[in-house]
Amino acid sequence: MPIHPEEILETIKMVTNENLDIRTVTMGINLRGCSHPDIRTFNEQVYCRILSCAENLVRTTEEIQSLFGIPIINRRISVTPVAIVAESCRADDLVSVAETLDRAAHEAGIDFIGGYSALVHKGMTPGDLKLITSIPRALASTKKVCSSVNVATTKAGINMDAVALMGRIVKEAADLTRDEGGIGCAKLVVFANAPEDNPFMAGAFHGIGEPDCVINVGVSGPGVVNSAVRALHDPSLGDIAECIKKTAFKITRMGEMVGREVAARLNAQFGVLDLSLAPTPAVGDSVAAILEAMGLESCGTHGTTAALALLNDAVKKGGAMASSSVGGLSGAFIPVSEDAGMIRAVQRGSLSLDKLEAMTSVCSVGLDMIAVPGDTTPATISAIIADEMAIGMVNRKTTAVRIIPAPGTGVGDMVEFGGLLGSAPVMPVHAFSSETFIARGGRIPAPIQSLTN
Amino acid sequence: MSSSRFIITVIGLDRVGIVAGISRVMAEHDVNIADIRQTIMKDLFTMIMQAEVKSENFDLAAFQDAMSAIGKELGVQVIVQHEDVFRFMHRI
Repeated sequence: MPIHPEEILETIKMVTNENLDIRTVTMGINLRGCSHPDIRTFNEQVYCRILSCAENLVRTTEEIQSLFGIPIINRRISVTPVAIVAESCRADDLVSVAETLDRAAHEAGIDFIGGYSALVHKGMTPGDLKLITSIPRALASTKKVCSSVNVATTKAGINMDAVALMGRIVKEAADLTRDEGGIGCAKLVVFANAPEDNPFMAGAFHGIGEPDCVINVGVSGPGVVNSAVRALHDPSLGDIAECIKKTAFKITRMGEMVGREVAARLNAQFGVLDLSLAPTPAVGDSVAAILEAMGLESCGTHGTTAALALLNDAVKKGGAMASSSVGGLSGAFIPVSEDAGMIRAVQRGSLSLDKLEAMTSVCSVGLDMIAVPGDTTPATISAIIADEMAIGMVNRKTTAVRIIPAPGTGVGDMVEFGGLLGSAPVMPVHAFSSETFIARGGRIPAPIQSLTN
Repeated sequence: MSSSRFIITVIGLDRVGIVAGISRVMAEHDVNIADIRQTIMKDLFTMIMQAEVKSENFDLAAFQDAMSAIGKELGVQVIVQHEDVFRFMHRI
């Protein structure tokens, strides 16, 4: 069947005017074969393993980019959670592993490497603890390494000891990178129900159920959805859902094609296609703008959660139709610092932390890239994490917290991170204490929803 | 990839010599024109060509560079993309 000129021009318009892109091609690499009691040998094996899998990743994605004329913004690597593969290392400190990952990432020419991670939803091993306590220093001494810690699942409940610890770790990560606005925290995610095949950072790691080497692709396109919705004339909400679904379908198809081609050329398995509307600071490339296109005066006002629920669901449905390999997070992201519309909504007073929390119960992730005052206590950060984990646990979905208590800042200040991370307005937190609740520790039991067997 | 067909899209202000210039560069790179359509939309010259590549040693990067260069000379935007991107996006 011949391709219609209108279809060709539509695709070109999506790329040139509406910021459609492959946000990331992420190669998942299994590191389980690298374990060794001597940390130097371990690091050497990790370095060689990563480069042997990924040496052609950048060149191949560049070839595909010019073949199809679709920009590929980031190349990333995710590895098996380091806490697992480094468990047998005798060394007390694991920062050298992060530095090894960073060196490998630089050598391979990629943008980020994820997997300096631990899964501690039910409890911690000595290796997990060693890794978690090293996270702030690891993030301060590296540029490209991303870290994540899964502290809750629907099946296991919430590990509140880990939540309490992560409040302190987030604070320390901010303090150690205070010269750059606390950027360490922008590379650290706390998860409930973390997906094993997520290509997006900072939360990507190569799950233990994954193959040896896999290509996962993250596609984005809030700008495309935004202009499609805005082109409708006086639509009903059903019309809007239909329009988003069709647009999501097209974007997903393109991502799948790219992912399969990259995987075939690198002799890796094709894993998942993650269609996540991930905003960028570019004008119009904004999830807030889509919500406002549906008829809200400003993102965060009453009705925002309903509009976001519609958006998230329509994106998933379009994606599920387009590909049999949809996975990862797939939905809408609401990172404040990366979305010009969200930033504006915070500045004009329509979007609060509490509203963002409500929104995370219907979108694909959680409280993302939110700056709070530098004097926010570790207990308050832990409590914010606990709330978010509860939403994920009860609703059987992934939720995450990426929060930056930017040192030396107060409400209303702006923190600059640069690049895709954007800039974040510092948002107020509640002044009342959560100290005693967090200090209790222990585990919040798995909810009744977990008893499905 | 299912074929070695490319879609070449040329967009810009109309002037004498666009088709001649573009097709000359295509011939130099041994690229055959399988189909060609052209319209003027809102004063913008839009030409869409389906091109076929037979040679096994076809150098896509060099061809794209040459097409961008002639595009610049003629004051038009030239985009060369494998046709699969359109098939995948718009067809099931």
